[in-house]
Amino acid sequence: MTKTSPDVSVRIVESLAANHVEFITTVPCKQLAGVIDLVDKDDRFRHVPSNKEDEGMGLCAGAWLGGKRPAIIMQNTAIGVTINALATLIQYYHIPLPMLISYRGEVGEKVACQVEMALHTKALLQELAIPTYHFHQQQDTDELNGILNHCFMAKKPVAVLMDAGFWSAAR
Amino acid sequence: MIRSEVIQSIAPVIRDHLVVCNIGLPSQELFMHDDQPSNFYMLGTMGLASSIGLGLALSQKAKVVAIDGDGSILTNLGTLPTIANNPADNFVLLIIDNGSYGSTGDQPTYAGRKTSLAKVAEACGCENVFECPAEETAKVLEQALGSDRMTIIVSKCKSGNVPVDVIELDPVVIAHRFREEVARRNS
Repeated sequence: MTKTSPDVSVRIVESLAANHVEFITTVPCKQLAGVIDLVDKDDRFRHVPSNKEDEGMGLCAGAWLGGKRPAIIMQNTAIGVTINALATLIQYYHIPLPMLISYRGEVGEKVACQVEMALHTKALLQELAIPTYHFHQQQDTDELNGILNHCFMAKKPVAVLMDAGFWSAAR
Repeated sequence: MIRSEVIQSIAPVIRDHLVVCNIGLPSQELFMHDDQPSNFYMLGTMGLASSIGLGLALSQKAKVVAIDGDGSILTNLGTLPTIANNPADNFVLLIIDNGSYGSTGDQPTYAGRKTSLAKVAEACGCENVFECPAEETAKVLEQALGSDRMTIIVSKCKSGNVPVDVIELDPVVIAHRFREEVARRNS
């Protein structure tokens, strides 16, 4: 895995700002390091790192109740630990939540164990009826503005999966 | 005092503030004693009351009280370092510690045995941590709300429950009226 190229990370962050996202929580992933770094340094966002992704969804729910648009940045392994928070908090109370997700375990992955959750990622998101978008090429970033707009219109969690091809294409 | 009595005793203190209330009996008891549009009742998702409360406090100006339990804090123990390192002076976390999982049949928690949540909070970096007997909760909470400093209160009470009905409000109604109340208080 390579560190995110500044360019694609900048475009992701600019899309978040353009859609008036002001509260962002993150749990680190190597692929997302560049995005997280930019978010942390950018005064347009309140960045609150969380220790676990369901905790982060609680923070995001609070931000939404407080009138701010939230987003969570995390790895796809987190889907396994957030299903209850997604179903009984985010979906149950109609809270919009963009989830920017590094899609570990796809072609190009070097850590075999990551493949195990990749096998279940889309199936779990589909089972939860979460709109899911798969970014494979750098130009897919062009769709992020529309996806974020769609998320806040629909008041639903939305998943954007960014795979190894997406990050290496951005190299 | 048991938790229901603690919640009844603090109702006049928290009525004018934003409240995020823990899943299960605590929310049902607060709803029974003093329903307000400024109360956010958790209908599910054990463990996240303190996280919702912090996110809310960091996102707007009005004072926020999160009512949590010892079992729920233990479920989401990572919340305490996050709170400590992202202080919000409009936030009070009240942990009603009855040493048991009250909503599921009063099974004992580790907080009722060797683990001190007040000491855990302090070790996580939280400042202004107060442990008090249940009878003093309303007074300590009132002082915390007047201090304009983020505060963690651990209220030690007895285990036990009273019969209470489930909350019939729809979740979207709870969230909608709560957000309108937040907007009104920040206008």
